[in-house]
Amino acid sequence: MSAFNHITHYAALGENKLVGSRCSACGKTFYPARPMCPACYGSALEAVEFSGKGKLAAYSVIYIAPTAMIQAGFDRKNPYCAAVVELEEGPRICAQLVGVDVKQPESIRIGQPVQATFLQRGEGESARTFLAFQP
Amino acid sequence: MTIRKLSRGVALVGAGMSKFGAFPGQSSRDLFVEAFQEMLASVEKGFDPKEIEALFIGNFSSDLFENQGHTAPIMADWVGLTPRPATRIEDACASGGAALRQGVLAIASGLYDIVLVGGIEKMTDLPIERVTDTLATAADALYEVPAGFTFPGLYAAMATAYMAEYGAAPDVFLKVGYKNHENGALNPKAQFGQRIADIMEARKKSAAKKGLPIPEWADEMAFLNDERANPTIAWPLRLYDCSPVSDGAAAVLLVSEDLARRFTDTPLYVIGSGQASDGAIHDRPTLTSLPSAKKAAEMAYQMAGVKPADIDVVEVHDCFTIAEIIATEDLGFFEPGQGWRAVAEGKTARGGERPINTSGGLKSKGHPVGASGVGQVIEIWKQLRGEAGERQLPGNPRLGLTHNVGGTGQTCVVHIFERR
Repeated sequence: MSAFNHITHYAALGENKLVGSRCSACGKTFYPARPMCPACYGSALEAVEFSGKGKLAAYSVIYIAPTAMIQAGFDRKNPYCAAVVELEEGPRICAQLVGVDVKQPESIRIGQPVQATFLQRGEGESARTFLAFQP
Repeated sequence: MTIRKLSRGVALVGAGMSKFGAFPGQSSRDLFVEAFQEMLASVEKGFDPKEIEALFIGNFSSDLFENQGHTAPIMADWVGLTPRPATRIEDACASGGAALRQGVLAIASGLYDIVLVGGIEKMTDLPIERVTDTLATAADALYEVPAGFTFPGLYAAMATAYMAEYGAAPDVFLKVGYKNHENGALNPKAQFGQRIADIMEARKKSAAKKGLPIPEWADEMAFLNDERANPTIAWPLRLYDCSPVSDGAAAVLLVSEDLARRFTDTPLYVIGSGQASDGAIHDRPTLTSLPSAKKAAEMAYQMAGVKPADIDVVEVHDCFTIAEIIATEDLGFFEPGQGWRAVAEGKTARGGERPINTSGGLKSKGHPVGASGVGQVIEIWKQLRGEAGERQLPGNPRLGLTHNVGGTGQTCVVHIFERR
């Protein structure tokens, strides 16, 4: 069985690492890690650690939150920013963007450099480390 | 690319829909019966409903919205069509379009001559947080949703990418909603069949009745830019940039081409059908276009042998205002980056050079997600047959197109219809 799935993805985030995978056959890299290369169907993939550096590709400041984010303390009065980040190694990923002025969403600039950071959420068995980025 | 054709022709000979809206006490099967009855009445020459051989029902999530799985046989039963095969088709908000395509393919295969395609969704029984959570199951639960993305959030992110790439401002998104409310005001089936001006007037009257200060807005755009009247949902998108939570159903009757005139003298022929899939939003080469929409459109145009400029009537998937702008570019009506300018210049209005969503679109007509793809076909049916009443486009429109998106473009289905 492959070593890569969402369990290994979140386990790596728990160690404050971004671990993707690289196809040994064609060299394509994936984040989140894939168990099979969808480009060439290679099945030998190796773990590759990403730098966590990237740039902002798209974002939104979200006022009407889903249940999980409401439980994390967000609502209309306390909105948060969700983003698509392009990692310097190429792949893009969805993550929360922190350390920006959500009250002035126009001030958040697409293309600006961002760096990975790690958020702890949930308690007991549902405790998990989430990927986020900050300027 | 090989141009794929249907192995035999398929015609649309009947179409009906329930009113779209919020209907407490009515389940999806009640709404489906309403759509079915209107479909029956639309078949001018009449027919015995027992001639229907199979059903394909588009539905996103009756499981979570109504605590009801296995919905298609229930629909068959409620319209007296058991024991015919009844299958639910699920591609999120593109479920209706995908069901239509399966109905087309089933007839083209030669297995069936007469097929009922339906779309249903009953969304308003749940509180808004659970509706948001349910819709979010159409996104990637492992890698999109944990970032905090909601559907408005995902489309808002595309909006920020579009703004950065092409210089559009949020004002132009609001103009899409304004335009669709102008159209929906002429559609008796629309959930919000009111112009923005009508809504402003209603707000003033309501305030006066309650003895509250009467709000004043200089014009519709001032209303739409007022945070109290039109709150931000996911910046840059506001409430009036988002399609509503809706209940509704739609039904269409498909038959093999050779049978069409037994049912009506004015059948529509399904001359193009395309469908494509895609990965999560972060795995696409672009954030300002839906690759699946371009692919589905290419397939449909090639099958039909027509160009974007040939199309007379267009219903696109405006789940959010930015989605309509991107759709008009993906479908080839405007160059990439020019869709927002077309809106600003009024080109997509009913009287413009390229009218978009004469029904009011999902924004004004309503968006019962699994029904929407079939609901779009109802507008094409009416417009191409000259039955669209006050919103009828002039010039005897002959070709119509529907564009139905699931998720943020993990699915797109495009169909082209012709009146001969």
